Amino acid sequence: MDAIVASGLTKRYGRGPLAVDGLDFRLPEGTTVGLLGGNGAGKTTTLALLLGLLVPTAGRINVLGHDMAEDRFAALQRMNFSSPYVALPQRLTVAENLRVYGHLYCVPRLQQRIAALAAELELDPLLDRPVGELSAGQKTRAALAKALINRPDVLLLDEPTASLDPDTADWVRGWLEHYRAESGAAILLASHNMDEVERLCSDVLMLKQGRIVDRGSPEALIARYGREDMEQVFLDIARGRMPARLPA
Amino acid sequence: MRCSARRIWGLLYRHISLYRRSWPRLIELVYWPVLQMCIWGFTAQFISSRIGSPLVMAGGLLLAGVLLWEVALRSQMGVAVSFLEELWSRNLGHVFVSPLRPAEMVAGLIIVSMLRMLAGVLPAIGLAYLLYAFNLFTLGPVLVLFFANLMVMGWWVALGVVSLILRHGAGAETLAWAVLFGLTPLSAVFYPVTVLPAAIRPLALALPSTHVFEGMRAIVVHGELLWSEMGWSACLNVAWMAAAIVLFARQFQAARVRGALLSIGE
Repeated sequence: MDAIVASGLTKRYGRGPLAVDGLDFRLPEGTTVGLLGGNGAGKTTTLALLLGLLVPTAGRINVLGHDMAEDRFAALQRMNFSSPYVALPQRLTVAENLRVYGHLYCVPRLQQRIAALAAELELDPLLDRPVGELSAGQKTRAALAKALINRPDVLLLDEPTASLDPDTADWVRGWLEHYRAESGAAILLASHNMDEVERLCSDVLMLKQGRIVDRGSPEALIARYGREDMEQVFLDIARGRMPARLPA
Repeated sequence: MRCSARRIWGLLYRHISLYRRSWPRLIELVYWPVLQMCIWGFTAQFISSRIGSPLVMAGGLLLAGVLLWEVALRSQMGVAVSFLEELWSRNLGHVFVSPLRPAEMVAGLIIVSMLRMLAGVLPAIGLAYLLYAFNLFTLGPVLVLFFANLMVMGWWVALGVVSLILRHGAGAETLAWAVLFGLTPLSAVFYPVTVLPAAIRPLALALPSTHVFEGMRAIVVHGELLWSEMGWSACLNVAWMAAAIVLFARQFQAARVRGALLSIGE
């Protein structure tokens, strides 16, 4: 079963060039798919389209059986999102933020859910502290708790480990693996960290100038480009060094 | 329905939590209404003491005008500033990708604005009684209609301001403070609408607030309740609110098309 089906997804801002150009992809349940590309490749636009923040110029998006053009709120109830570029209110404590979003997502037995998340994400000592007073790593954990407050079936993550130290980043990746395995959720991950992509993603969509220029598992992409890791594959694609044969 | 109420409560809880943790915001709620009331109250008291009893009534009109106009101002700012709080905290992205419907967001902001308005205006009303023995409640039960019409006017003006912020980004945020102040001369807050030049009188009469203040003066001066003014005020509010809802819905959709919800803070 596919959690997300995007067909012919296209976005043009005003009279500018196409930011996203005819994307076709599926995100199966229980998988983590990476969305890779350089700056301006269309990753953020794609995530915003999937979340209903943007209306596509053409194409359709179906999330968990709901057409996002007709019924986006039913899908949003079962989705969530985290990005270092969108903050939680800084003056509110972690617990207050989680209560706010727990109510917005109509989470049943909210107090128990917050307690469980706090235990799992090691947030217990931070619950009564304002978000603005937390370190970058602690803020990431708080943002992750917000993103998981409704036990989403679809989780969209924009650079979830940006600006984190290697230890905290490793912890976050481990937790994402755990969540996907435990919940069967589908995760779409936009990232510039190739180690992260190799570790978490079963499939990767390579974007360039709004188009999917290649796709496949990290292992398949590495083999196809004759490289040793995804970092080198990324550089090949960014610099236009494509292999002779691409998959259909 | 239950989830809809919870989502509205979620937004309300977010703002209550913010005010609990920010004493400058709490002070700001009370500061402007009290300051306005003090400035105009002492001015009215001074003029009354110099000129005599006819101006005592004028002083009452002035204070009633100040306090009632604050109802509209605080209601408008309550909605617009609460929306801006989300923008300032870079939290709008989270709010807009939650299941919170635009109508629920507006309902939540309206409830926040009512609480903010009451927190600001009630102390000013109390202080007017203590300092000048002016009791706004002597206007009688019709005061509820005055409050209701002025609050609704504040809300539709705020929806217009939020629509402009959605259209033009944070650069339009000063409108949150400026728009209703700009309507003060047209609203005949401190003088009868007949004082205005004939050419701009139709503009003044198109505002619900003008009819509220005409009604207020009729009660204070003649002890007469003009239901026609209340009717005009209510009908104009319905028409303006409908127009503001259409404008907001269109701008929200246009923002989703343009991608403004991604970059509205810029």
